[in-house]
Amino acid sequence: KCYQTKRSQKKDTNRANIIGLISFDGSVLYLSVHEDTVIRLHCCAVEVFFGCAFIAFGPSFALFVFTIAKDPLRVIILIAGAFFWLLSLLLSSLVWFIAIKASNSQDLTLQRGLLIFGVFFSVLLQEVFRFAYYRLLRKATEGLAAISDDDGSAISVRQMAYVAGLGFGIMSGAFSMINILSDSLGPGTVGIFGDSQYYFITAALMTLALTLLHTFWGVVFFEGCEKSRWWVIAAVVSLHLLVAGLSLLNPLYEGSLPPVYVITLATGVWAFFSSGGSLHSLSALCTRRKAEGESS
Amino acid sequence: MNTSDSEEDSYNERSALVQCESPTIPSYHQDHDMSLPQETDTKRGRPVSSGLDEPGLVERERAATPDGEEEELTLKYGAKHVIMLFIPVTLCMVVVVATIKSVSFYTEKTSQQLIYTPFKEDPNSVGQRLLYSLLNTIVMISVIVVMTIILVVLYKYRCYKFIHGWLILSSLMLLFWFSFMYLGEVFKTYNVAMDYPTLAMIIWNFGVVGMICIHWKGPLRLQQAYLIVISALMALIFIKYLPEWSAWVILAAISIYDLIAVLCPKGPLRMLVETAQERNEPIFPALIYSSAMVWMVGMADSNNPDSADERQRNEGGALAQEGVESEDDVALGGRRRCSAEEDLEEDRGVKLGLGDFIFYSVLVGKAAANGGDWNTTLACFVAILIGLCLTLLLLAIFKKALPALPISITFGLVFYFSTDNLVRPFMDSLAAHQYYI
Repeated sequence: KCYQTKRSQKKDTNRANIIGLISFDGSVLYLSVHEDTVIRLHCCAVEVFFGCAFIAFGPSFALFVFTIAKDPLRVIILIAGAFFWLLSLLLSSLVWFIAIKASNSQDLTLQRGLLIFGVFFSVLLQEVFRFAYYRLLRKATEGLAAISDDDGSAISVRQMAYVAGLGFGIMSGAFSMINILSDSLGPGTVGIFGDSQYYFITAALMTLALTLLHTFWGVVFFEGCEKSRWWVIAAVVSLHLLVAGLSLLNPLYEGSLPPVYVITLATGVWAFFSSGGSLHSLSALCTRRKAEGESS
Repeated sequence: MNTSDSEEDSYNERSALVQCESPTIPSYHQDHDMSLPQETDTKRGRPVSSGLDEPGLVERERAATPDGEEEELTLKYGAKHVIMLFIPVTLCMVVVVATIKSVSFYTEKTSQQLIYTPFKEDPNSVGQRLLYSLLNTIVMISVIVVMTIILVVLYKYRCYKFIHGWLILSSLMLLFWFSFMYLGEVFKTYNVAMDYPTLAMIIWNFGVVGMICIHWKGPLRLQQAYLIVISALMALIFIKYLPEWSAWVILAAISIYDLIAVLCPKGPLRMLVETAQERNEPIFPALIYSSAMVWMVGMADSNNPDSADERQRNEGGALAQEGVESEDDVALGGRRRCSAEEDLEEDRGVKLGLGDFIFYSVLVGKAAANGGDWNTTLACFVAILIGLCLTLLLLAIFKKALPALPISITFGLVFYFSTDNLVRPFMDSLAAHQYYI
């Protein structure tokens, strides 16, 4: 399905009158609109597909390959985390769908308001399911520990927190991005009706930020639950709501992307310190690597 | 080529395959876990023909250990077995989805249908469509039930040659005819010029190596690859020739049938299994996907003088005589003489019937075929994997042969319909505005 068709549902107040085609160099189309105006449009292409795919999924794929793929238990926890995120999405879509069907479909402001309500409700539900997953994993750990005698549990709560967060992140990213990626392979023109031309790349960047954020939130959240620090949970929920709220500013990308990345960085640092890292361990890592490099 | 005639044959074959979905081996092996080494080499060494699809038996081999250690080992090895099944199921689904998305042949609806679904669905009338799909399902399930009963009767009266011949014929059909069709469609899609002699050589080699790997001996990975490929081919045929609504109802019905047939005391599959147990012989290790990596020798312990144990020793001896030539066996022959403790740490495999592969892939393939939405496909995929995980967990708890279809298919169906109708509009609206949740 052509990407254009989705966008054409918006009001096309900026429809351009195309007079003629000036040039086309394989990915950029130059159209003359009026006598003195030229529009430069980017066509969707394979480069866009690969670029956006690698931006959105590169880090999470790398994390999966290097830290999760070797351990079967972690793979299972990852997929179960993805399943829990999916459940939360299902329930929130159900609520949104009921609200939509019960309301007047002609009233666009109402529809948009309901969508925003859907966004926030979905965020809350995701956090509820994160907590539910935490409880499930705790029970499972206790069960495993009770049975195996010698080496205790095969996986620690911190590792499970990381894996669960990554599971949420990967599933969230996949659901946001995969349809867009498949559309980017096909024919179409971005922003022909005046929308932003940076749709794909901002979508990919936002997906990447959200994936990382889910991972960090998973770590912090589980740690907070373990230590019964409820302010941590409240902080995670409000950060998630904040990020979702910032995304509501789209397509004003300056308003949404940089703050989201700042939040990602900050949450990453928080997760690092919360899971037991410290500046000392960082410096030890660097010096040990240097020592290993010198000795080898 | 008159497709309808060839379809007749393939229908028979399909019925043969679907029918032979009597999960004979699993619970038999379950009981003989204590002793029978579960490895594909031995399996291939036996003079069995492998045509049986097992729609739903999952089984796991255990070491013959005292119960407490057994529990622990079970849980420790549980995760590894789940992954050993996740990978082939994922591969099969990936093959089916990739084919569906690229080769349009399998999504083109023809007016041709299987003889097992005789009623044509009329897209205009909802009530009639529903009724006809229910009738189609009833016909198909009754065909399956009848043929399972025939198989049980044949097995009871020891008509082994007949069954073996039937199974060999069905795998011949799959490996040669269906793969020829598949290759033809792929060439058509990508506009590849191919001459008949080259094609004949390719198909001949593919088919013969497949027959050898599946029915006789071959490298484990190659056998697994062939089983995945033929499951994918079968699933593609189902996706093409089952009418829309009938396919969904059949999926639901066959998981219910699986549940009944495996768990009820008078179920045909259970009776088959019990007969095999009484006779103390392996039932057709036919089309069962085995993930066993290492040949494990059971407890060659003098404290366990089971007849089963002796049987295992005899088989071990027979194996040595047959001279299985994979390198595993050479190493394992040495291991056979090792101590009992070492034997305990050998890896144990899990088996899953090919019918399960087929129906999982049918579900995911149909999700991929309907519309261009990838979210639905992804959701069904995750749901099926989680269902499989839960089934294996239950297997670890109950330690007997279990149907693998019900939980996964239920999750898959629930997620398909809810994602398609509820999540899709939501995500589309979010994507249109670029809101992120």
